[in-house]
Amino acid sequence: MADLPILSIVTFLPLVGALITFLIWEDSEVARRNVRFVALFTTVVTFLVSLGIWYNFDNAQSGFQMVEKVAWIREGDIAYHMGVDGISMLFVILTTFLMPFCILASWESVQNRVREYMIAFLILETLMIGVFCALDIVLFYVFFEAGLIPMFLIIGVWGGARRVYASMKFFLYTLLGSVLMLLAIMAMYWQAGTTDIPTLMAYKFPAEMQTWLWLAFFASFAVKMPMWPVHTWLPDAHVEAPTAGSVILAGILLKMGGYGFLRFSLPMFPLASADMQTFVLVLSVIAIVYTSLVALMQEDIKKLIAYSSVAHMGYVTMGIFAANTQGIQGGIFQMLAHGLVSGALFLCVGVVYDRMHTREIAAYGGLVNNMPKYAVAFLIFTMANVGLPGTAGFVGEFLTLLGAFRANTWIALIATLGVILSAAYALWLYRRVVFGTLDKEALKSILDLNTREKWIIYPLVVLVIFFGVYPSPVFDVTQASVDALLTNYQAAVDGAVQAASK
Amino acid sequence: MDIPNLWLAGPELWLAGGAMVLLMIGVFIGEGSTRIVTGLSVALLALAAIAIFWFPQTGEAFHGAFVMDPFARLMKILVLIGAGVAIAMSVGFARRENFARFEYPVLIVLATLGMLLMVSANDMITLYLGLEMQSLALYVIAAINRDSLRSTEAGLKYFVLGALSSGMLLYGSSLVYGFTGHTGFEGIAASMSSGGVSLGLLFGLVFVLAGLAFKISAVPFHMWTPDVYEGAPTPVTAFFAAAPKVAAMAMLIRVVHGAFEPATTEWQQIITFIAIASMGLGAFAAIGQTNIKRLMAYSSIGHMGFALVGLAAGSQAGVSGVVLYMIIYMAMTLGAFACILAMRRADGMVENISDLSGLSRTNPMMALMLTVLMFSLAGIPPLAGFWAKYFVFLAAIQSGLYVLSVIGVIASVIGAYYYLRIVKIMWFDEPEQGFVPMASELRVVLGVSGLFTLFYVLIAGPMSDIATNAARTFF
Repeated sequence: MADLPILSIVTFLPLVGALITFLIWEDSEVARRNVRFVALFTTVVTFLVSLGIWYNFDNAQSGFQMVEKVAWIREGDIAYHMGVDGISMLFVILTTFLMPFCILASWESVQNRVREYMIAFLILETLMIGVFCALDIVLFYVFFEAGLIPMFLIIGVWGGARRVYASMKFFLYTLLGSVLMLLAIMAMYWQAGTTDIPTLMAYKFPAEMQTWLWLAFFASFAVKMPMWPVHTWLPDAHVEAPTAGSVILAGILLKMGGYGFLRFSLPMFPLASADMQTFVLVLSVIAIVYTSLVALMQEDIKKLIAYSSVAHMGYVTMGIFAANTQGIQGGIFQMLAHGLVSGALFLCVGVVYDRMHTREIAAYGGLVNNMPKYAVAFLIFTMANVGLPGTAGFVGEFLTLLGAFRANTWIALIATLGVILSAAYALWLYRRVVFGTLDKEALKSILDLNTREKWIIYPLVVLVIFFGVYPSPVFDVTQASVDALLTNYQAAVDGAVQAASK
Repeated sequence: MDIPNLWLAGPELWLAGGAMVLLMIGVFIGEGSTRIVTGLSVALLALAAIAIFWFPQTGEAFHGAFVMDPFARLMKILVLIGAGVAIAMSVGFARRENFARFEYPVLIVLATLGMLLMVSANDMITLYLGLEMQSLALYVIAAINRDSLRSTEAGLKYFVLGALSSGMLLYGSSLVYGFTGHTGFEGIAASMSSGGVSLGLLFGLVFVLAGLAFKISAVPFHMWTPDVYEGAPTPVTAFFAAAPKVAAMAMLIRVVHGAFEPATTEWQQIITFIAIASMGLGAFAAIGQTNIKRLMAYSSIGHMGFALVGLAAGSQAGVSGVVLYMIIYMAMTLGAFACILAMRRADGMVENISDLSGLSRTNPMMALMLTVLMFSLAGIPPLAGFWAKYFVFLAAIQSGLYVLSVIGVIASVIGAYYYLRIVKIMWFDEPEQGFVPMASELRVVLGVSGLFTLFYVLIAGPMSDIATNAARTFF
């Protein structure tokens, strides 16, 4: 079992599925159905196999596990090196877990070019898993950037009215951030002589160089995250993307930014991270408060959730750069929880969008009368988004605030305002969409969740509550790696302080 | 003369003799001979490439004026492939567009002969001979469609500007000769390292580089490129975009690393400027284009800029990056031109970008391959174009050229916009009337190029070993 390259299997299984889908070369009703089933089957199998990663995972170890390493390109010393640790493992599971829901969510809403759609999603899954497993920085970059291609096509081909603008903006914005990181990767290679992530984590870059490298990586991850003020691509991309595209965007792609901070910025450039701490914390707080206010004023449901995502990612960056156990653990948990909650919220929007084909808040109202089951599920996700204790959203938010409090009291104080604001926009949205009388003519015949939608929504409800009540499975996994990360970080920062005082 | 040395120039002699024979065949059979001459010339080029591949030999011939080394070997094979594919791609076009002239393949063979000489040139005289051999053939090819106003205009423009650049090159070489007393590259280098780089020599260097920059269509010597690309018949453009660029780049590498090695810091500045200007112009000027051939012209200007980034590094990693860049660039360009040649409706060729709209519905396979090529030209991983850019920038960073690198990657993002626009037109826009089915030779070229680009990750290791091996020649 130990010899089985399980990470590669999980990473490339979706690609195999995409290949099979590619071979279904006709376009009939039957073929389309087959395509959907192949995609669903592939993603479910991938998820089940990926559970093997969790099963084999040793919580006590802080290093990388299930490592695979093959030499790849001699010039530039690039290896195919895969492995997971406590920080990355759960993101792999989150990815494989969300994918079947995406396929199911597109079951009826996508009727146009189904084959290409499923291929794009399966390729995207491979690339996303690869990002979290890659232990060679160039390999990481390849996965990280390649994901733009399928996402560009998903938004552009199957998106809404302004899809061309949104997809272009998404692509160019993220590309611009990433190319600077690429140059930093090259500079690191010439400095440290390797592109191997574990080796680079142990390597001590000179302090001045750290600042430049940190900034280059920050450019990429801040755009991806997205942090204020480079978040503007996200609302456009979210609004125009098809439902499943939004789920992936909010659920996984945004997490790559946070993952990048944890994998690269903090462990490899500890001194620069310490220097930049206040800068990042301030940006995070602005993101939390400002985008929450913006979210209040939105008239489009998806746009509102998109802005709320930016605000929630603000908590993540705040937690990560608080650089203490609570902050980082909270940041990771917040990312996972937000992956579930925002994914679920977009799926909920998708449910009513499929029926009414509008995302305008004003077009809805009183849904509770006809759709009680939907109303309950939507309520739970809304509450989780607000951060109500007992839901998954609370744990992460609370811990990041705790971490931020230890690092900088003022920051924590202002950030707490965001909690109130998030309650304001989320509950107001819920009231306008679900409560009230059902007096709009078009809504009178709206139906409650069908079986397929129940399959999508209910498991997420269970998980959101489960992790809100009992978050330990997550913390058990992340504990050892986060502790190791912090020990090294603290040692580096203390070392620099001592060197300066001598 | 040292007779055994002739073997080193075997491929050149073979092409020279073969071209004469083909010309005879054409003259005696007359207009109906195009098909057979075309087939034979492809065979001629293929045999030359195979010979170079099977019999690796190194050494100097003609008293050091001609050199054969691993670098020359790789670049020659590349040039021969580029030329052969370009001839093959003209077959369908020739049949449909009344373009059947047997001189066309013969001229390409002659131009290829010139290119092989350029690649192997180890002396200013050989360099000039090879360059003019190539250029004169290319001038004629550009104007081969002599009844078309655009084609003759392209030919004339190319000729006038080309002659000017040859003049500059010649003037530069004469200065170099005057100040060093040598025309051979080793002699020039030796004289420079002992006597230093005088001002006159520097002038010579600038003129030589200006002449060479014209041939690779780098800014500010690029003006001819868009007009010639647009005006020349499409198979000719396909040829222009691939093989001559490779040969000229190979020659540039040899000149700066062979002859002007001691003046590295001086030519680095020039190359850096040319690279920045080319990348910038290539990125911005292509945005407004509506004609796809014109767009490819600006795209090629930009790509030459990126390749020069590697050269500007002035290191082995840099040369290896440029070599790899040219391999990948040629593969992508030939594929892209196979698509452009396939843009034909029932009433003739079309060449507007908007004619591609909805291609993903009317011809999914062609759209898929062209999409792969466009993303690759934009430099998105994991496609081949990314690795090309990766290694040139890796070399530039090693040499501390941070400003150049940052400008370069930003230019690549701006450039990505117009490649994305083509993808957008193919995938997001509503379909127009479809194209007639692709000719089989174009299918093969497009398939090979697309698959190479798509699966480059799997052969990235061996490919960069080949490039490194070739680059080691100079270090």
